[in-house]
Formats: sequence, structure tokens, C-alpha cells
Amino acid sequence: MAYDSGQDDLAPVATIWRNGEPVYDRGETVCVIGAGGSGLAAVKNLREQGFGVDCYERETGVGGAWNWRHDRSPVYASTHLISSKPFTQFPDFPMPDDWPDYPHHSRLLAYFERYADHFALREHIWFGTEVIRVEPAEDPAGGPPRWDVTIRGARGGAPRTTRYAAVVVANGHNWSPKLPSYDGLEEYRGKVLHAGQYKDGTQLRGKKVLVVGAGNTGCDIAVEAAQQATKCWHSTRRGYWYSPKYALGRPVDQVNDQMLALRLPLKLRQWIFKRTMKLTVGDLTRFGLPAPDHQPYETHPIVNSQLVYYVGHGGIEPVPDVKRFDRHEVELTDGRVIEPDLVIMATGYLPRFEFLAPELLATDQEGRPRLTLQLLAPTYPTLAVAGLVQPDSAIFTIVHWQTVVMARWLRLLDTAPDRAMALWRAMQAGGDRRYTQVKLKDSTRHWFEVSHVDYLRALEKTLHEIEADA
Amino acid sequence: MRTVVMRPREWAHPSPPVHREVLSATPEESPRSAPPVLFVPGYGHGAWAYAEHWLEHTAGRGFPAYAMSLRGFGASGSTPKPRFADYVHDVTQVAASLPRQAVIVGHGAGALVVAQAMARYPARAGVLVSPVFGGPGAAFGQLRANPAGTLPALFGGAVRLRRTHLFSRQLQGSVSQGYHQRLDRIPGAAARHLVRRRTPERPVGNPPLLVVGSPDDRLVSRTTLERVARDNGGAPLLFPGMGHDLMLDARWQEPIDAILDWLEKPDA
Repeated sequence: MAYDSGQDDLAPVATIWRNGEPVYDRGETVCVIGAGGSGLAAVKNLREQGFGVDCYERETGVGGAWNWRHDRSPVYASTHLISSKPFTQFPDFPMPDDWPDYPHHSRLLAYFERYADHFALREHIWFGTEVIRVEPAEDPAGGPPRWDVTIRGARGGAPRTTRYAAVVVANGHNWSPKLPSYDGLEEYRGKVLHAGQYKDGTQLRGKKVLVVGAGNTGCDIAVEAAQQATKCWHSTRRGYWYSPKYALGRPVDQVNDQMLALRLPLKLRQWIFKRTMKLTVGDLTRFGLPAPDHQPYETHPIVNSQLVYYVGHGGIEPVPDVKRFDRHEVELTDGRVIEPDLVIMATGYLPRFEFLAPELLATDQEGRPRLTLQLLAPTYPTLAVAGLVQPDSAIFTIVHWQTVVMARWLRLLDTAPDRAMALWRAMQAGGDRRYTQVKLKDSTRHWFEVSHVDYLRALEKTLHEIEADA
Repeated sequence: MRTVVMRPREWAHPSPPVHREVLSATPEESPRSAPPVLFVPGYGHGAWAYAEHWLEHTAGRGFPAYAMSLRGFGASGSTPKPRFADYVHDVTQVAASLPRQAVIVGHGAGALVVAQAMARYPARAGVLVSPVFGGPGAAFGQLRANPAGTLPALFGGAVRLRRTHLFSRQLQGSVSQGYHQRLDRIPGAAARHLVRRRTPERPVGNPPLLVVGSPDDRLVSRTTLERVARDNGGAPLLFPGMGHDLMLDARWQEPIDAILDWLEKPDA
């Protein structure tokens, strides 16, 4: 067996020109954009299939969103995982047994750093390097199109263009804040923060805080406000199911996976969920929370044991949606007027690919890319976006298999191009199918929602098709 | 064999955590490229079986070496009613805790555990030493050759291995007796799991695989060695005259040197 580091020739000679600038050809090397959890999995799995990889990371460390030192990191001091270990970890690199069921974000960063070291990934990552442009380029040999990737130092420097056989985009989708527009928000004199700017509880101390949004972040911040602030209002547009972190003596996602393993029908699972909630928390409207207007599993799950607890202790006052802002006041849709000093908008994030022409990912008017298998660009076979999913569980098991599919598929494209392209066209025919069991509430929040079981089954099926007679 | 993505049972029922014994030997100077080698003992044995000779010898040749004990054996903790999946979990946990991607060496039934762990953790390479992959023939043979030690397993008891099955006559009687006394009993459930022939899932990451054994092993037949090696596209490396416990027998140095030579070859 070979122990060579697989380092390819690092000083290629420019023989191609594009718009008067030299293009350095890296041959069959694949470009990965971003060294967060998704990017690292892509580098590892492409290497495992024998590809040379150049990974560009604008920050100076791995971990992406989970590295709190990063500008674009949305984590706050108390961020913990909302899914338990067995489903959060990369399936081929288990988290240590002695970690708790729901690790803290600092542990997740340590986990990514160990993953990078264990599989010797850092030597393939160019830190402090930003990708500014990715453009398709025709292959002179008539093969699938290649990609000209233009990079630049994250703190400036001259751009440089390199040609790659394929590109895996893993730039994350939780860093560009989505801020809804409200009447009068410009006149409002209190402080308004997006959740991405929220770092720890000291920002709330002694303040009257309004938290807008009932995502997992909004609920976490509302709980912290209940502990730290003088007053906390939590504004939600509708009623939700607040799933506890433990049920029936086990982490709740493991109970859910047990039901899925037994292939219980959705209706029965919904009934069990409601039954369990009724026996533990009881009727949510008793606390002043609106009744859920949908069945369990129809929105992205909110996993928070403490929210209902603090509502029950008066620490959080549930309020409806915000109607308009005034200079010092906020008017709610039920006509009530409140006077917070600090408003935290936990209203989510939008994906951004400023280095790619929108049509390459078939991005629609609203900015939502339409990907095949929630992974592959519908335009060119050698472009993929890893980790652009919001599963009802954690993302890293899913990203692992996404990048395995991509790496295996690229290998097939190399060894049996005809079969690979036939497979690609068959997948295209499927369109941008949604991998969910229920019809979800329509909102940008659910653009990338997938049911982990349905989606992983689809990835497994694709893998088996790739393996069919390879 | 196809890649397995869905493991709902493992997600829903993760193995209970346990303390695991891991012994290590660090080479004085190690070439930058030498991967760590993790030794996994078979049932009844603990990390000590490797610590006798192989661990230091491997480190002496420049490989960071580690030996572990599966739960319930050696100095590892135990959990009630260990399942085969728990042993596999023990191996992936230790492998993932090592600083770099590891080569995994499994012995006896530990080779089956290692082969199954390699379907989850992408090992650098795998070595199966005297692999016990189960099967009715082997199980019945055991029952006939070692009725006193095996029969209790049929009634929920534990299995005890026979000394003459593990070591060749070349090993001094007092030494082999000492080793034999250190063996743990094998839980009946683990032994019964081996009554059916087990075929491990396909390893992830296409690692090279080597099968090592002795044609005179009284627990693993030569046909088994050849079948396991053939399933992985090769032939076994044979050391005639040795017993089942290659790492403890008198001529322990020959197989480990052959394994390390294989690891050093540029493209095995």
C-alpha cells in the first residue's frame, strides 16, 4: 500500500488563456469551496476515490459555521446540538463515547479538527483564500465541461484562475441573514440584531427583549432571555410542536428513528408524538401559546425542552407576529403594544452563491436553487452543492453520503462516461424532487427541508445504481 | 456487495458506552508516512495477548502501535449482554480516536469484528489473522473437539477454549499454561453468533486486505483461510506448524514481520 501524501504537482504551467488572463490547468483535480463540515467531508471522500483535491477556505481554520472565531459563524456561546450523537456524526468517524448525547458547539469544532487531522485533509486546503468566480469552460478534448475557478486572498491580493475537472460547492447556508421587512423598522430607536450577531447572554442582561421567530435559534435565545433579561417576549407567527430533547428515557431523535426503523406509518407516528406530548407537557394553549395549526413533522422540528418550561414560569411571554414598529414601540397583530429595548430577529438565513451565475444552479426568482437529488446542478454534470439541505435530523451523516455519491459518480464519469451520463439524465428526469413524507408549510424556512430517512434512501439507491455493474 | 447507508437500528440503539483498555507502544523514530497499527484480539483474549510480543516489535519497526480489549475482555469494562454490534462499535471508537488513519489487525473472531468495523471506518489497510468467520461446520467441529468447553454455550453458559487448540507444541508448557489461564470466558451469545457463517459487509474506502494464518490451526481450517482471502481477492499468507494464537506462539516473530513487510510495500 502507498503512504504518499498524494500531493499532486503544485506548479502547473499556464497554457490556456481566458479573457487575456492565464488559466492554470490542474487536470483531473476537483475543487472544493469551503472547509466547514460539508467541505471536509467532500475533501475526504474525493481523496478516498483517488481524486486530487484543492479546497479553498476564506477563513484560517476548519469548521465553517461551527468555528466561533469565524466572521460568518452564527453560533452563540450556549449553542448545543439539537440532534443526538449517533445521527450527528460522520458515519465513518464516530464521536467519542464519553461525549454527552447533545454536544456543545466547541466540541463539534474539536471533532472537525480531529477529522481533518485524522484523514490528513489540511494539506489539501488553501486557507485564507476566497473564491470570487466559478465559470464553466469547454473541454478541448470533448469531455464533460471543466471549471475555471478564480481565487484571491481573503484579505486582498491578485486574483488567479485555475481550471478544474469538477467543483463541489460547500459554502454553507447559515451565514447570510434573512431580514423580513416591517413597517416603521427604520424609525425604531431600540436596538435590532439578527440572531447571527447574537453571541452570548450578557447582551441581554437588564434589557427588555423581543425575540422574533420560532426556529431552534429563536427558541434558544428566548430561553436565554428568560434567564438573563428583565423581560422576554417571544413572537411567533403560528403555533408549533415543541419537542423535548428526551422522551421515553432516550434522546427523542433516537425514539423517532426507532419508529422509522420499525417502518411505522406517518399517521401512527404523529399519533404517538401527540400522545407523548399530551402525557408530558400537555395542552400548550394553557400556557398562552397558540395551538399548532399543523400536524407534527409538517414543519422543521423544534427541539427545546426549556421553552415551555420558561413559559410556564412566566419567564417568556408568548406573543403573536409583529405588525409594525414605531419609534419606541412595537405593535403586534393582536393590537397589543410592547416596548422592548432590544429586538432579536431569529428569522433565518438565505443561501448565497455570489461566485456562480444563478442560472448554473437553476436558481429561481426568489433565490432558491433547484438541484437534482438536492445535490447536483441541473445544468452541468460536474457541479454539485454539498450540504444544502435542512434535514429533520443532523446534517453531517447526510453530507457524508452526498459527497460519497458525488465522488463515486465522478469516478464513474471517468471510467464509464456513457453509463454515467445516462444515469445523470435519468436523475434529471426526476427534477428537484422533495424528499419529505409530508406536505410542508411553504416558506423559505423549508426550501431545503428533507426527511433524513427518505433522503438517505434516495442517496443509497443512487449509490447502488452507480455500483450496479462497476 | 453494495454500500449500506441506512442503519436505523444502530441510530436508534447506539451501543452503551464502556471503558476500553488501549495499550500503546511509540516508536523512537517513525517515518512520517508510517500509519498507526491497531491490534484487536479475538474472543477470550485481551490487549495483553499483543503486548507480549507484537506491540513492541511493531513499534520497533517504526509504526505507532496500539492494542485494545473488546468489552468484557482483558481490562476493558463490560456491559450486560454485549451484542456483536457492540464489539464492532468498540473497534470503530478506538480507531477513530487514533491520531491518524489506522491499519487494523484482527485475530480470531476479532478478525470478523474488524472486517465488520471496516465496513464503517475507512481503515488504511486491514489484516485478518486466523480469522474465525463462523459457520455450522466449524461450530460442530468445536463441539466435538472441545465438548466440555463448548457445550455450556448451548444452555446460555460461556465458552472456554482449549490450550492445545491455541498453541503449538513448540511453545513451552509452562508459558502456554500461563497464557491459557489469562483467557476470559466467552459469553455464550457471542459464541452462538458464530454458529452461522458470517460474511462481513463490504469495507469502505477500498482498503487493501491481507489474510494470515496457519494450516495447522485447530480452530480455523485452511479452507476457511483460503475462502476469506479469496473473498477479498487474494491468497492467505501461511505459517505451517503454528497454533491459532500466532502472536503468542513460539515463532511469533515470523507472521508479524511478514505483516509489517506487507504494510511497507508501496502498493499491496
